Amino acid sequence: MKYNWNWGVLVEDPYLFWLLSGLEYTLLLSLSAWVIAFSLGSAIGVSRTLPLAWPRKLATAYVELFRNVPLLVQMFLWFFVVPELLPADLGRWVKRDMPFPEFWTAVVCLGFYTASRVGEQVRAGIQSIPRGQYIAALATGLGWMQAYRLVLLPLAFRLIVPPMTSEFLNIFKNSSLALTIGVLELTAQSRQIENYTFQGFEAFTAATVLYLVITMIVMLSMRWMESRTRVVGMIGTRR
Amino acid sequence: MIELDKVNKWYGALHVLKDCSLAVSRGEVVVICGPSGSGKSTLIKCVNGLEPFQGGRIVVDGVSVGDKATNLPRLRSRIGMVFQHFELYPHMSALENICLAQVHVLKRSRAEAEARAMELLTRVGLTDKARAYPGNLSGGQQQRVAIARALAMDPIAMLFDEPTSALDPEMINEVLDVMVGLAREGMTMMVVTHEMGFARKVADRVVFIDEGQILEDAQTEAFFAAPKSERTVLFLSKILEH
Ligand SMILES: Nc1ncnc2c1ncn2[C@@H]1O[C@H](COP(=O)(O)OP(=O)(O)O)[C@@H](O)[C@H]1O
Ligand SMILES: [Mg+2]
Repeated sequence: MKYNWNWGVLVEDPYLFWLLSGLEYTLLLSLSAWVIAFSLGSAIGVSRTLPLAWPRKLATAYVELFRNVPLLVQMFLWFFVVPELLPADLGRWVKRDMPFPEFWTAVVCLGFYTASRVGEQVRAGIQSIPRGQYIAALATGLGWMQAYRLVLLPLAFRLIVPPMTSEFLNIFKNSSLALTIGVLELTAQSRQIENYTFQGFEAFTAATVLYLVITMIVMLSMRWMESRTRVVGMIGTRR
Repeated sequence: MIELDKVNKWYGALHVLKDCSLAVSRGEVVVICGPSGSGKSTLIKCVNGLEPFQGGRIVVDGVSVGDKATNLPRLRSRIGMVFQHFELYPHMSALENICLAQVHVLKRSRAEAEARAMELLTRVGLTDKARAYPGNLSGGQQQRVAIARALAMDPIAMLFDEPTSALDPEMINEVLDVMVGLAREGMTMMVVTHEMGFARKVADRVVFIDEGQILEDAQTEAFFAAPKSERTVLFLSKILEH
Protein backbone atom coordinates (compact mmCIF):
# COMPACT_ATOMS: atom_id res chain seq x y z
CA MET A 1 0.00 0.00 0.00
CA LYS A 2 1.27 3.43 -0.87
CA TYR A 3 0.20 6.17 1.47
CA ASN A 4 1.29 9.78 1.40
CA TRP A 5 1.86 10.77 5.01
CA ASN A 6 1.08 14.40 5.66
CA TRP A 7 0.86 15.26 9.33
CA GLY A 8 0.82 18.91 8.37
CA VAL A 9 -2.81 18.57 7.37
CA LEU A 10 -3.77 18.53 11.02
CA VAL A 11 -2.69 22.12 11.55
CA GLU A 12 -3.96 23.41 8.22
CA ASP A 13 -6.95 25.67 7.89
CA PRO A 14 -9.82 24.64 8.26
CA TYR A 15 -8.90 21.13 9.44
CA LEU A 16 -7.35 22.23 12.72
CA PHE A 17 -10.50 24.21 13.41
CA TRP A 18 -12.64 21.14 12.61
CA LEU A 19 -10.69 19.00 15.03
CA LEU A 20 -10.93 21.54 17.81
CA SER A 21 -14.61 22.12 17.19
CA GLY A 22 -15.14 18.34 17.26
CA LEU A 23 -13.29 18.17 20.55
CA GLU A 24 -15.44 20.97 21.92
CA TYR A 25 -18.64 19.13 20.96
CA THR A 26 -17.38 15.87 22.46
CA LEU A 27 -16.62 17.64 25.74
CA LEU A 28 -19.86 19.63 25.84
CA LEU A 29 -21.96 16.62 24.92
CA SER A 30 -20.29 14.32 27.45
CA LEU A 31 -20.32 16.78 30.32
CA SER A 32 -23.96 17.81 29.77
CA ALA A 33 -24.99 14.15 29.52
CA TRP A 34 -23.05 13.46 32.72
CA VAL A 35 -25.05 16.09 34.60
CA ILE A 36 -28.24 14.19 33.68
CA ALA A 37 -26.66 10.78 34.28
CA PHE A 38 -25.34 11.73 37.69
CA SER A 39 -28.46 13.40 39.09
CA LEU A 40 -31.03 11.07 37.54
CA GLY A 41 -28.82 8.04 38.24
CA SER A 42 -28.47 9.01 41.91
CA ALA A 43 -32.23 9.36 42.26
CA ILE A 44 -32.71 5.96 40.61
CA GLY A 45 -30.06 4.29 42.76
CA VAL A 46 -31.64 5.70 45.92
CA SER A 47 -35.14 4.66 44.81
CA ARG A 48 -33.98 1.10 44.33
CA THR A 49 -33.00 0.89 48.01
CA LEU A 50 -36.20 2.40 49.46
CA PRO A 51 -38.75 0.33 51.32
CA LEU A 52 -41.48 2.07 49.27
CA ALA A 53 -42.73 -0.31 46.59
CA TRP A 54 -43.63 2.11 43.80
CA PRO A 55 -40.45 4.14 43.47
CA ARG A 56 -38.48 0.92 43.70
CA LYS A 57 -40.41 -0.83 40.94
CA LEU A 58 -40.29 2.21 38.66
CA ALA A 59 -36.56 2.57 39.14
CA THR A 60 -35.98 -1.12 38.48
CA ALA A 61 -38.03 -0.96 35.28
CA TYR A 62 -36.05 2.11 34.18
CA VAL A 63 -32.73 0.37 34.70
CA GLU A 64 -33.80 -2.78 32.86
CA LEU A 65 -35.14 -0.79 29.93
CA PHE A 66 -32.26 1.62 29.39
CA ARG A 67 -29.46 -0.79 30.18
CA ASN A 68 -30.66 -3.52 27.86
CA VAL A 69 -31.51 -1.63 24.66
CA PRO A 70 -28.37 -0.96 22.57
CA LEU A 71 -27.28 2.66 22.79
CA LEU A 72 -27.27 3.08 19.02
CA VAL A 73 -30.90 1.97 18.85
CA GLN A 74 -31.73 4.42 21.66
CA MET A 75 -30.04 7.21 19.71
CA PHE A 76 -32.29 6.53 16.70
CA LEU A 77 -35.39 6.16 18.87
CA TRP A 78 -34.81 9.53 20.53
CA PHE A 79 -34.07 11.24 17.22
CA PHE A 80 -36.61 9.72 14.85
CA VAL A 81 -39.38 8.21 16.97
CA VAL A 82 -39.78 10.20 20.19
CA PRO A 83 -40.60 13.55 18.47
CA GLU A 84 -43.50 11.77 16.70
CA LEU A 85 -44.86 10.48 20.01
CA LEU A 86 -44.83 13.86 21.76
CA PRO A 87 -47.98 15.99 21.94
CA ALA A 88 -48.40 17.78 18.62
CA ASP A 89 -47.16 21.25 19.67
CA LEU A 90 -44.16 19.98 21.54
CA GLY A 91 -43.30 17.57 18.70
CA ARG A 92 -43.41 20.40 16.19
CA TRP A 93 -41.20 22.53 18.39
CA VAL A 94 -38.66 19.75 18.79
CA LYS A 95 -38.57 19.07 15.04
CA ARG A 96 -38.62 22.65 13.76
CA ASP A 97 -37.61 25.23 16.35
CA MET A 98 -35.44 23.56 18.99
CA PRO A 99 -31.90 24.91 18.64
CA PHE A 100 -29.20 22.29 17.94
CA PRO A 101 -31.71 19.41 17.82
CA GLU A 102 -29.06 16.74 17.12
CA PHE A 103 -26.90 17.94 19.97
CA TRP A 104 -29.65 18.09 22.61
CA THR A 105 -31.13 14.79 21.50
CA ALA A 106 -27.73 13.18 21.91
CA VAL A 107 -27.32 14.77 25.36
CA VAL A 108 -30.66 13.41 26.53
CA CYS A 109 -30.07 9.98 25.03
CA LEU A 110 -26.59 9.57 26.46
CA GLY A 111 -27.67 11.04 29.80
CA PHE A 112 -30.67 8.74 30.21
CA TYR A 113 -28.72 5.68 29.12
CA THR A 114 -25.79 6.40 31.46
CA ALA A 115 -28.21 7.19 34.30
CA SER A 116 -29.27 3.54 34.30
CA ARG A 117 -25.66 2.48 34.76
CA VAL A 118 -24.90 5.16 37.36
CA GLY A 119 -28.08 4.11 39.19
CA GLU A 120 -26.77 0.58 39.53
CA GLN A 121 -23.46 1.81 40.95
CA VAL A 122 -25.22 4.08 43.44
CA ARG A 123 -27.53 1.26 44.52
CA ALA A 124 -24.59 -1.10 45.00
CA GLY A 125 -22.77 1.59 46.97
CA ILE A 126 -25.69 2.19 49.31
CA GLN A 127 -26.32 -1.52 49.78
CA SER A 128 -22.69 -2.14 50.69
CA ILE A 129 -23.06 0.12 53.74
CA PRO A 130 -23.96 -1.87 56.87
CA ARG A 131 -27.62 -1.29 57.77
CA GLY A 132 -26.57 -0.23 61.26
CA GLN A 133 -25.37 3.11 59.85
CA TYR A 134 -28.85 3.96 58.64
CA ILE A 135 -30.42 2.79 61.91
CA ALA A 136 -27.94 4.89 63.90
CA ALA A 137 -28.71 7.96 61.81
CA LEU A 138 -32.45 7.48 62.36
CA ALA A 139 -31.84 6.93 66.07
CA THR A 140 -30.37 10.42 66.41
CA GLY A 141 -33.60 11.87 65.04
CA LEU A 142 -32.64 12.37 61.40
CA GLY A 143 -35.46 11.72 58.95
CA TRP A 144 -34.91 9.11 56.25
CA MET A 145 -34.17 11.74 53.63
CA GLN A 146 -31.63 13.41 55.89
CA ALA A 147 -30.08 10.04 56.66
CA TYR A 148 -29.63 9.43 52.93
CA ARG A 149 -28.41 12.93 52.18
CA LEU A 150 -26.06 13.35 55.13
CA VAL A 151 -24.83 9.83 55.81
CA LEU A 152 -25.59 7.14 53.21
CA LEU A 153 -24.95 9.04 49.98
CA PRO A 154 -21.71 10.77 51.00
CA LEU A 155 -20.44 7.40 52.14
CA ALA A 156 -21.73 5.52 49.08
CA PHE A 157 -20.17 8.02 46.66
CA ARG A 158 -16.82 7.59 48.34
CA LEU A 159 -17.06 3.83 47.98
CA ILE A 160 -17.95 3.90 44.28
CA VAL A 161 -15.36 6.31 42.90
CA PRO A 162 -13.62 3.58 40.81
CA PRO A 163 -16.75 2.26 39.02
CA MET A 164 -18.06 5.81 38.60
CA THR A 165 -14.76 6.76 36.96
CA SER A 166 -15.28 4.10 34.35
CA GLU A 167 -18.87 5.22 33.75
CA PHE A 168 -17.60 8.77 33.31
CA LEU A 169 -15.01 7.55 30.81
CA ASN A 170 -17.65 5.50 28.99
CA ILE A 171 -19.69 8.61 28.42
CA PHE A 172 -16.82 10.18 26.43
CA LYS A 173 -16.37 7.03 24.37
CA ASN A 174 -20.11 6.57 23.84
CA SER A 175 -20.49 10.20 22.77
CA SER A 176 -18.95 9.19 19.43
CA LEU A 177 -22.25 7.44 18.59
CA ALA A 178 -23.83 10.89 18.31
CA LEU A 179 -22.27 11.16 14.88
CA THR A 180 -24.97 8.78 13.62
CA ILE A 181 -27.61 11.47 14.11
CA GLY A 182 -25.38 14.22 12.77
CA VAL A 183 -23.58 15.74 15.74
CA LEU A 184 -20.20 16.95 14.52
CA GLU A 185 -18.20 15.72 17.46
CA LEU A 186 -14.60 14.57 17.42
CA THR A 187 -15.07 11.29 15.54
CA ALA A 188 -17.40 12.87 12.99
CA GLN A 189 -14.94 15.69 12.33
CA SER A 190 -12.09 13.23 11.89
CA ARG A 191 -14.14 11.38 9.34
CA GLN A 192 -14.91 14.62 7.59
CA ILE A 193 -11.22 15.51 7.41
CA GLU A 194 -10.62 12.06 5.94
CA ASN A 195 -13.31 12.66 3.31
CA TYR A 196 -11.86 16.00 2.28
CA THR A 197 -8.13 15.22 2.41
CA PHE A 198 -7.85 11.43 2.21
CA GLN A 199 -5.47 11.70 5.22
CA GLY A 200 -7.50 9.27 7.33
CA PHE A 201 -4.56 7.92 9.32
CA GLU A 202 -3.55 11.37 10.50
CA ALA A 203 -7.09 12.43 11.27
CA PHE A 204 -7.99 9.35 13.27
CA THR A 205 -4.63 9.31 15.03
CA ALA A 206 -5.33 12.85 16.16
CA ALA A 207 -8.78 11.79 17.41
CA THR A 208 -7.30 8.79 19.23
CA VAL A 209 -4.71 10.94 20.94
CA LEU A 210 -7.34 13.46 22.00
CA TYR A 211 -9.58 10.71 23.45
CA LEU A 212 -6.57 9.33 25.31
CA VAL A 213 -5.71 12.75 26.71
CA ILE A 214 -9.29 13.13 27.99
CA THR A 215 -9.10 9.68 29.56
CA MET A 216 -5.81 10.45 31.27
CA ILE A 217 -7.07 13.75 32.66
CA VAL A 218 -10.24 12.10 33.99
CA MET A 219 -8.33 9.22 35.57
CA LEU A 220 -5.79 11.47 37.23
CA SER A 221 -8.41 13.82 38.64
CA MET A 222 -10.57 10.95 39.89
CA ARG A 223 -7.54 9.37 41.52
CA TRP A 224 -6.78 12.68 43.20
CA MET A 225 -10.39 12.93 44.36
CA GLU A 226 -10.36 9.37 45.64
CA SER A 227 -7.28 9.99 47.74
CA ARG A 228 -8.86 13.15 49.12
CA THR A 229 -12.09 11.43 50.15
CA ARG A 230 -10.77 8.03 51.20
CA VAL A 231 -12.57 6.64 54.23
CA VAL A 232 -10.17 5.46 56.91
CA GLY A 233 -10.57 1.82 57.77
CA MET A 234 -13.27 0.92 55.24
CA ILE A 235 -13.02 -2.11 52.99
CA GLY A 236 -11.49 -1.35 49.64
CA THR A 237 -9.74 1.78 50.83
CA ARG A 238 -6.14 2.23 51.74
CA ARG A 239 -4.58 4.77 54.00
CA MET B 1 -41.02 7.75 81.65
CA ILE B 2 -40.86 4.58 79.51
CA GLU B 3 -43.78 2.19 79.72
CA LEU B 4 -44.30 -1.00 77.74
CA ASP B 5 -47.67 -2.61 78.07
CA LYS B 6 -48.21 -6.13 76.69
CA VAL B 7 -46.02 -5.52 73.65
CA ASN B 8 -46.16 -8.21 70.96
CA LYS B 9 -44.05 -8.41 67.87
CA TRP B 10 -43.68 -10.87 65.03
CA TYR B 11 -41.04 -11.21 62.32
CA GLY B 12 -43.22 -12.99 59.79
CA ALA B 13 -44.28 -16.14 61.63
CA LEU B 14 -41.66 -15.74 64.37
CA HIS B 15 -43.20 -14.40 67.57
CA VAL B 16 -40.22 -12.42 68.96
CA LEU B 17 -41.85 -10.43 71.76
CA LYS B 18 -44.63 -11.97 73.82
CA ASP B 19 -46.71 -9.75 76.07
CA CYS B 20 -43.72 -7.76 77.27
CA SER B 21 -44.59 -5.27 80.00
CA LEU B 22 -42.00 -3.08 81.64
CA ALA B 23 -41.81 0.36 83.20
CA VAL B 24 -38.77 2.57 83.66
CA SER B 25 -39.30 5.69 85.72
CA ARG B 26 -37.34 8.91 85.54
CA GLY B 27 -33.76 8.48 86.71
CA GLU B 28 -34.02 4.73 86.89
CA VAL B 29 -31.40 2.36 85.47
CA VAL B 30 -32.75 -0.96 84.21
CA VAL B 31 -30.46 -3.72 82.96
CA ILE B 32 -31.90 -6.23 80.52
CA CYS B 33 -30.22 -9.60 80.09
CA GLY B 34 -31.04 -12.88 78.45
CA PRO B 35 -29.66 -15.47 76.04
CA SER B 36 -28.68 -14.55 72.50
CA GLY B 37 -31.71 -14.37 70.20
CA SER B 38 -34.15 -13.87 73.06
CA GLY B 39 -35.36 -10.52 71.67
CA LYS B 40 -33.40 -7.96 73.72
CA SER B 41 -32.32 -5.86 70.74
CA THR B 42 -35.78 -6.04 69.27
CA LEU B 43 -37.34 -4.90 72.54
CA ILE B 44 -35.03 -1.93 72.91
CA LYS B 45 -35.49 -0.89 69.27
CA CYS B 46 -39.25 -0.87 69.75
CA VAL B 47 -38.86 1.77 72.45
CA ASN B 48 -37.77 4.47 69.97
CA GLY B 49 -39.78 3.11 67.08
CA LEU B 50 -36.87 1.70 65.10
CA GLU B 51 -38.83 -1.55 64.94
CA PRO B 52 -42.59 -1.54 64.50
CA PHE B 53 -44.61 -3.76 66.84
CA GLN B 54 -48.01 -5.30 66.27
CA GLY B 55 -49.66 -5.49 69.66
CA GLY B 56 -49.68 -3.55 72.91
CA ARG B 57 -48.56 -0.03 73.73
CA ILE B 58 -45.31 1.78 74.33
CA VAL B 59 -45.40 5.24 75.85
CA VAL B 60 -42.29 7.38 76.23
CA ASP B 61 -42.61 10.61 78.18
CA GLY B 62 -46.33 10.68 77.43
CA VAL B 63 -45.88 10.00 73.69
CA SER B 64 -47.35 6.79 72.27
CA VAL B 65 -44.65 5.28 70.05
CA GLY B 66 -46.94 3.04 67.99
CA ASP B 67 -49.37 5.84 67.19
CA LYS B 68 -49.40 6.69 63.46
CA ALA B 69 -49.60 10.40 64.27
CA THR B 70 -46.43 10.33 66.38
CA ASN B 71 -43.50 12.24 64.94
CA LEU B 72 -40.92 9.47 65.30
CA PRO B 73 -37.83 11.48 64.27
CA ARG B 74 -38.73 14.04 66.92
CA LEU B 75 -39.21 11.37 69.56
CA ARG B 76 -35.95 9.64 68.59
CA SER B 77 -34.05 12.90 68.84
CA ARG B 78 -34.96 12.94 72.54
CA ILE B 79 -33.80 9.38 73.22
CA GLY B 80 -30.11 8.52 72.95
CA MET B 81 -29.11 5.14 71.58
CA VAL B 82 -25.79 3.30 71.68
CA PHE B 83 -25.13 0.18 69.60
CA GLN B 84 -23.03 -2.94 69.90
CA HIS B 85 -20.98 -2.03 66.81
CA PHE B 86 -20.74 1.71 67.59
CA GLU B 87 -22.03 2.75 64.13
CA LEU B 88 -20.02 5.92 63.95
CA TYR B 89 -20.08 7.46 60.48
CA PRO B 90 -16.69 6.39 59.10
CA HIS B 91 -16.28 9.35 56.73
CA MET B 92 -16.66 11.93 59.50
CA SER B 93 -14.30 12.89 62.29
CA ALA B 94 -15.32 12.27 65.90
CA LEU B 95 -16.31 15.93 66.17
CA GLU B 96 -18.43 15.84 62.99
CA ASN B 97 -20.11 12.65 64.18
CA ILE B 98 -21.19 14.42 67.35
CA CYS B 99 -22.27 17.60 65.55
CA LEU B 100 -24.33 16.14 62.69
CA ALA B 101 -27.69 15.66 64.39
CA GLN B 102 -27.22 18.71 66.62
CA VAL B 103 -27.00 20.86 63.50
CA HIS B 104 -29.56 19.10 61.31
CA VAL B 105 -32.13 18.06 63.92
CA LEU B 106 -31.80 20.51 66.79
CA LYS B 107 -30.77 23.32 64.37
CA ARG B 108 -27.93 24.43 66.59
CA SER B 109 -25.34 26.65 64.98
CA ARG B 110 -22.07 25.04 63.95
CA ALA B 111 -20.24 26.87 66.75
CA GLU B 112 -22.76 25.88 69.41
CA ALA B 113 -22.69 22.26 68.26
CA GLU B 114 -18.91 22.14 68.30
CA ALA B 115 -18.71 23.67 71.73
CA ARG B 116 -21.15 21.07 73.07
CA ALA B 117 -19.25 18.29 71.26
CA MET B 118 -15.94 19.36 72.80
CA GLU B 119 -17.56 19.47 76.23
CA LEU B 120 -18.75 15.89 75.78
CA LEU B 121 -15.48 14.66 74.32
CA THR B 122 -13.80 16.01 77.42
CA ARG B 123 -16.32 14.22 79.55
CA VAL B 124 -15.61 10.85 77.88
CA GLY B 125 -11.88 11.52 78.04
CA LEU B 126 -11.21 12.04 74.34
CA THR B 127 -10.50 15.77 74.00
CA ASP B 128 -7.46 15.03 71.86
CA LYS B 129 -9.39 12.82 69.42
CA ALA B 130 -11.83 15.43 68.10
CA ARG B 131 -10.28 15.43 64.62
CA ALA B 132 -9.64 11.67 64.49
CA TYR B 133 -11.65 9.42 62.20
CA PRO B 134 -13.40 6.33 63.58
CA GLY B 135 -11.05 4.05 61.61
CA ASN B 136 -8.14 5.44 63.64
CA LEU B 137 -9.79 4.97 67.04
CA SER B 138 -9.83 1.84 69.18
CA GLY B 139 -13.16 0.10 69.84
CA GLY B 140 -13.39 1.58 73.31
CA GLN B 141 -12.69 5.07 72.01
CA GLN B 142 -15.26 4.67 69.23
CA GLN B 143 -17.91 3.60 71.71
CA ARG B 144 -17.17 6.59 73.93
CA VAL B 145 -17.54 8.90 70.92
CA ALA B 146 -20.84 7.14 70.15
CA ILE B 147 -22.03 7.83 73.69
CA ALA B 148 -21.02 11.48 73.30
CA ARG B 149 -22.93 11.60 70.00
CA ALA B 150 -26.06 10.40 71.76
CA LEU B 151 -25.60 12.74 74.74
CA ALA B 152 -25.16 15.73 72.46
CA MET B 153 -28.89 15.67 71.79
CA ASP B 154 -29.56 16.24 75.53
CA PRO B 155 -31.69 13.09 75.68
CA ILE B 156 -34.31 12.40 78.30
CA ALA B 157 -33.27 8.74 78.34
CA MET B 158 -30.52 6.53 76.97
CA LEU B 159 -30.83 3.09 75.40
CA PHE B 160 -27.78 0.82 75.24
CA ASP B 161 -27.72 -2.38 73.18
CA GLU B 162 -24.79 -4.53 74.36
CA PRO B 163 -22.41 -1.56 74.32
CA THR B 164 -19.38 -3.56 75.43
CA SER B 165 -19.84 -6.96 73.83
CA ALA B 166 -17.86 -6.11 70.69
CA LEU B 167 -14.95 -4.75 72.73
CA ASP B 168 -11.65 -6.31 73.67
CA PRO B 169 -11.69 -7.06 77.43
CA GLU B 170 -9.18 -4.35 78.28
CA MET B 171 -11.46 -1.68 76.80
CA ILE B 172 -14.69 -2.68 78.49
CA ASN B 173 -14.07 -0.68 81.63
CA GLU B 174 -13.36 2.63 79.94
CA VAL B 175 -16.85 2.43 78.43
CA LEU B 176 -18.54 1.11 81.57
CA ASP B 177 -16.97 3.94 83.60
CA VAL B 178 -18.67 6.50 81.39
CA MET B 179 -21.97 4.67 81.76
CA VAL B 180 -21.63 4.43 85.53
CA GLY B 181 -21.01 8.18 85.60
CA LEU B 182 -24.18 8.78 83.62
CA ALA B 183 -26.22 6.51 85.86
CA ARG B 184 -24.98 8.25 88.99
CA GLU B 185 -25.96 11.61 87.50
CA GLY B 186 -29.52 10.42 87.29
CA MET B 187 -29.85 9.58 83.59
CA THR B 188 -32.77 7.30 82.78
CA MET B 189 -31.21 4.22 81.19
CA MET B 190 -32.23 0.94 79.62
CA VAL B 191 -29.15 -1.19 79.20
CA VAL B 192 -28.95 -4.52 77.44
CA THR B 193 -25.76 -6.08 78.77
CA HIS B 194 -24.24 -9.18 80.30
CA GLU B 195 -21.91 -7.13 82.48
CA MET B 196 -23.33 -8.18 85.82
CA GLY B 197 -20.72 -6.13 87.67
CA PHE B 198 -22.20 -3.04 86.06
CA ALA B 199 -25.71 -4.20 86.97
CA ARG B 200 -24.80 -4.71 90.63
CA LYS B 201 -23.10 -1.35 90.78
CA VAL B 202 -25.72 0.97 89.31
CA ALA B 203 -28.86 -0.87 88.19
CA ASP B 204 -32.07 -0.26 90.11
CA ARG B 205 -33.68 -3.28 88.48
CA VAL B 206 -32.64 -6.22 86.38
CA VAL B 207 -34.90 -7.80 83.79
CA PHE B 208 -34.38 -11.27 82.40
CA ILE B 209 -35.87 -12.09 79.03
CA ASP B 210 -35.98 -15.48 77.32
CA GLU B 211 -37.64 -16.48 74.06
CA GLY B 212 -39.39 -13.13 73.87
CA GLN B 213 -40.86 -13.30 77.34
CA ILE B 214 -39.95 -11.25 80.37
CA LEU B 215 -39.39 -13.96 82.98
CA GLU B 216 -37.94 -11.83 85.72
CA ASP B 217 -38.16 -8.16 86.64
CA ALA B 218 -36.74 -7.53 90.10
CA GLN B 219 -34.82 -5.07 92.26
CA THR B 220 -31.13 -5.67 91.60
CA GLU B 221 -30.37 -7.24 94.96
CA ALA B 222 -33.35 -9.53 94.86
CA PHE B 223 -32.52 -10.50 91.28
CA PHE B 224 -29.10 -11.82 92.23
CA ALA B 225 -29.99 -13.12 95.68
CA ALA B 226 -33.22 -14.93 94.91
CA PRO B 227 -34.12 -15.27 91.24
CA LYS B 228 -37.63 -16.59 90.82
CA SER B 229 -37.46 -18.50 87.56
CA GLU B 230 -35.34 -21.57 86.99
CA ARG B 231 -34.13 -20.31 83.65
CA THR B 232 -32.79 -17.15 85.27
CA VAL B 233 -30.79 -19.27 87.69
CA LEU B 234 -29.41 -21.33 84.84
CA PHE B 235 -28.56 -18.22 82.80
CA LEU B 236 -26.84 -16.54 85.75
CA SER B 237 -24.81 -19.62 86.54
CA LYS B 238 -23.60 -19.67 82.92
CA ILE B 239 -22.57 -16.04 82.62
CA LEU B 240 -21.16 -15.72 86.12
CA GLU B 241 -18.86 -18.71 85.56
CA HIS B 242 -16.39 -16.63 83.59
N1 LIG C 1 -34.93 -8.22 60.92
C1 LIG C 1 -35.24 -9.46 61.36
N2 LIG C 1 -35.98 -10.29 60.61
C2 LIG C 1 -36.32 -11.52 61.03
N3 LIG C 1 -35.97 -12.03 62.21
C3 LIG C 1 -35.23 -11.26 63.04
C4 LIG C 1 -34.83 -9.92 62.65
N4 LIG C 1 -34.10 -9.40 63.67
C5 LIG C 1 -34.06 -10.34 64.63
N5 LIG C 1 -34.72 -11.46 64.27
C6 LIG C 1 -34.92 -12.65 65.09
O1 LIG C 1 -35.61 -12.27 66.24
C7 LIG C 1 -35.10 -12.93 67.39
C8 LIG C 1 -34.65 -11.92 68.41
O2 LIG C 1 -33.57 -11.20 67.92
P1 LIG C 1 -32.79 -10.09 68.75
O3 LIG C 1 -33.78 -9.14 69.29
O4 LIG C 1 -31.71 -9.55 67.91
O5 LIG C 1 -32.19 -10.95 69.97
P2 LIG C 1 -31.05 -10.56 71.01
O6 LIG C 1 -30.73 -9.12 70.85
O7 LIG C 1 -31.64 -10.89 72.33
O8 LIG C 1 -29.89 -11.43 70.70
C9 LIG C 1 -33.98 -13.84 66.89
O9 LIG C 1 -34.51 -15.12 66.73
C10 LIG C 1 -33.61 -13.25 65.57
O10 LIG C 1 -33.14 -14.25 64.70
MG1 LIG D 1 -28.90 -8.22 70.31
